[in-house]
Amino acid sequence: MYGKGLRPLAITTALVLTGAFALVFFWAPNDADQGLIQKIFYVHVPMGIVALGGFVAAGIMAVQHLRTGDARWDLRSYVAIHLSIVLAVGVLITGMIWAKASWGAWWVWEEPMLVSFLVVFLLYATYQPLRFSIEDRERQARYASVFAVLAGAFVPINFAAIRMAEAYIHPRTFATTGGGLPGDMLITFLVALAGMTLLFATLWKYELASKHATFQVRALRRRLLGEDELAPVRRSAAPTL
Amino acid sequence: MRHAVGALLRKDLALELRTRESIPAMALFSLTTFVIFHFGLDRRSVEGDLASGVLWVTLLFAAILGVNRLFVAEAEQGGFDGFLLAPVDRTALFVAKALALLAFLLCVEVVAVPAFAVLLLGPAPGPALPGLVAVLLLADVGICVIGTLVAAIAIRTRARDLIVPLLALPLLVPVVLAAAQATAPLFAQGGAEALPLRWIATLALYDGIFGAIAFAVFDFLLED
Repeated sequence: MYGKGLRPLAITTALVLTGAFALVFFWAPNDADQGLIQKIFYVHVPMGIVALGGFVAAGIMAVQHLRTGDARWDLRSYVAIHLSIVLAVGVLITGMIWAKASWGAWWVWEEPMLVSFLVVFLLYATYQPLRFSIEDRERQARYASVFAVLAGAFVPINFAAIRMAEAYIHPRTFATTGGGLPGDMLITFLVALAGMTLLFATLWKYELASKHATFQVRALRRRLLGEDELAPVRRSAAPTL
Repeated sequence: MRHAVGALLRKDLALELRTRESIPAMALFSLTTFVIFHFGLDRRSVEGDLASGVLWVTLLFAAILGVNRLFVAEAEQGGFDGFLLAPVDRTALFVAKALALLAFLLCVEVVAVPAFAVLLLGPAPGPALPGLVAVLLLADVGICVIGTLVAAIAIRTRARDLIVPLLALPLLVPVVLAAAQATAPLFAQGGAEALPLRWIATLALYDGIFGAIAFAVFDFLLED
């Protein structure tokens, strides 16, 4: 049931992402200042936005889990956080490459978005160890959801605080997103953003479908072979239904 | 609710007065850290943003020590079960523990801040004092809210003393940032400058938001 609609979604994702990259390389103009390297912007910024959206969405799913007690919401929240962490690593790496190319240093503390991202990444990096160190399944799910709610609320506050600090000390020398973009760059950016969002949705759905298939196979084997024949489930950070 | 909070708080303070487990360790840790900073930075005195950074890093790490021990008695001696049997609002435990942690922190600061002024601080601390007290109070509330919540999460895990700093430090980045920014002008070389109000507002906002969230989610950490 989780695999339903996965194929059209995957095809749309592939098309939109290919289209976005085609636009990036063949249509969007080179930046007057930075030249070719500015094109990393079309990967870096959409990835960042989608990762943050994923973290906040995981927090909302965790609220659902705490309210209803339905373990499926915990699984959804887990998968969203898991994917967002992967994207966050991508954001940090592309951000560092961009910083090196345009400011000559691998790390720039003046760039509040990158710094906030590092803090958020460090916080979410504790999510898996936290889950892993709680043995009781039901408690693991509940505590993980509390973490996801707390961290989801922390994301925007952290961004506001760090941005405020930088704006206060250093005048902002450039704007990463938004109003300053000329039209064709903006369109390319929006297509890239849509592609990245679709990619996140596809991977999220795919991982959920895969996890459900695993659970069902295990349940069937249990019914066929009996409880004793099956190897006991290893302790893991991932939720099981 | 108020009765329950009062009783729990009295219990925690009485326990601390008898065992003296947290506060002396936290205070001693702060003093040692100042000495470490003296040698690590190779400075006889610090001022401005360096001074405020040294003070806040020290206080934060001292607070982590207290957070690590906050629920140990409850977990090891069945205090959680006893509390869950009592017909009181469960959030009372959160409020009482946060207030206890706040009391611990204030006691530590009564020792650590004068020691900092004597050992490391360059400019005279006198004129900075009212502003400093305000920043300390607001930042302590934020540390206590997050600290209590993190302590309650970590106490039921197998790697308690690893999970506490890993969770609490990133969550407290905005508090340290705002507190350090607010204190830096107070320790300026040429005497205390005005307290930057925007950072006071940031701290208050942080306390409010995370206080409300902690209040809402704490129940789920006790259900069994």
